[in-house]
Amino acid sequence: MKHVRYLVPMGILLVLLYFLRAGLNLNPKEVPSPLIGKPAPEFSLPRLDQPEQRISRADMRGQVWMLNVWASWCVACRQEHPLLVQYAKQSKVPIYGLNYKDERAAGMKWLADFGNPYTASISDRDGRVGIDFGVYGVPETFVIDRDGVIRYKQIGPLTPEVIHDTIEPLLKQLNS
Amino acid sequence: MTRLSLYSSNSIANMRKLIRRLFVTMAWSLACAGAFAAEAKPASDNPALEARVMKISGELRCLVCQNETIAASHADLAVDLRRQVREMLQNGQNEQQVIEYMTARYGDFVLYRPPFKPLTALLWIGPAAMVVGGLGTLFVVLRRRSRLADDAFEPDDKDASGDPHLS
Repeated sequence: MKHVRYLVPMGILLVLLYFLRAGLNLNPKEVPSPLIGKPAPEFSLPRLDQPEQRISRADMRGQVWMLNVWASWCVACRQEHPLLVQYAKQSKVPIYGLNYKDERAAGMKWLADFGNPYTASISDRDGRVGIDFGVYGVPETFVIDRDGVIRYKQIGPLTPEVIHDTIEPLLKQLNS
Repeated sequence: MTRLSLYSSNSIANMRKLIRRLFVTMAWSLACAGAFAAEAKPASDNPALEARVMKISGELRCLVCQNETIAASHADLAVDLRRQVREMLQNGQNEQQVIEYMTARYGDFVLYRPPFKPLTALLWIGPAAMVVGGLGTLFVVLRRRSRLADDAFEPDDKDASGDPHLS
């Protein structure tokens, strides 16, 4: 009975170790967005390919869609891009691109070089819409439902696992 | 000359590469240090406004380089967010509104002093609770020991110079 006392510090240590261990698996670069479950911010931006035409939040109403934030200067986007191109071919969901803080010519060239998975890209030249979406690293990808509510945010490049395990089930649920 | 010829031209090239890298690294560190010292240069010529921008920016974490404030960071996003803060202040919005604007988009994580709420309670109370708990335990243990009779302890080692573990 007397020895039980000695187990108390041991227990406390184990709890601490558990939390420290759990902390190792967290990625501090992934800051959970407060925008999940909230309506997507209002925007109205020119199309990258036809700047005289604008796309706004209202145009998206009634459909489930994905917003992929990309830029021609973004290295990780290049890594992600083939996956997006391939996924767009299955055309399960319209993917819109937010060309973030980029030159129009550079963005157009990038799409010509690497393929264009986007239904349309809109150009956020000064990054203001990006700020409204809480973008802090490119690429980022949002899944937005029929009512314009943000349901998911991927920080960093999409991976086949994320698409298969998270995005597809979510899309199924949102489209049903 | 003979000494030099001992080295293959390959290893000399490698050495040069190494030295160049070293210099580049040093130059970078210096540049960064200089950048820190200078902070960011103000973008408008209204010093009172800039002071307010910097004060608020100093409360906000840059999400790109997470241990820097938006005031200190040279990341693109930090520059943009400072611009945003500046514009909001110019439009007559107050500090509270700017902070709310930022947390609505980036969450409490942007605040270097996050608000006290259930989610952050452990963060705020945790360290103090651990210190209090530790001191409390120490106090209780020492008090209990001080009340024990002398024969509860092992006798002091007579030969203080020797290693007590060996006796």
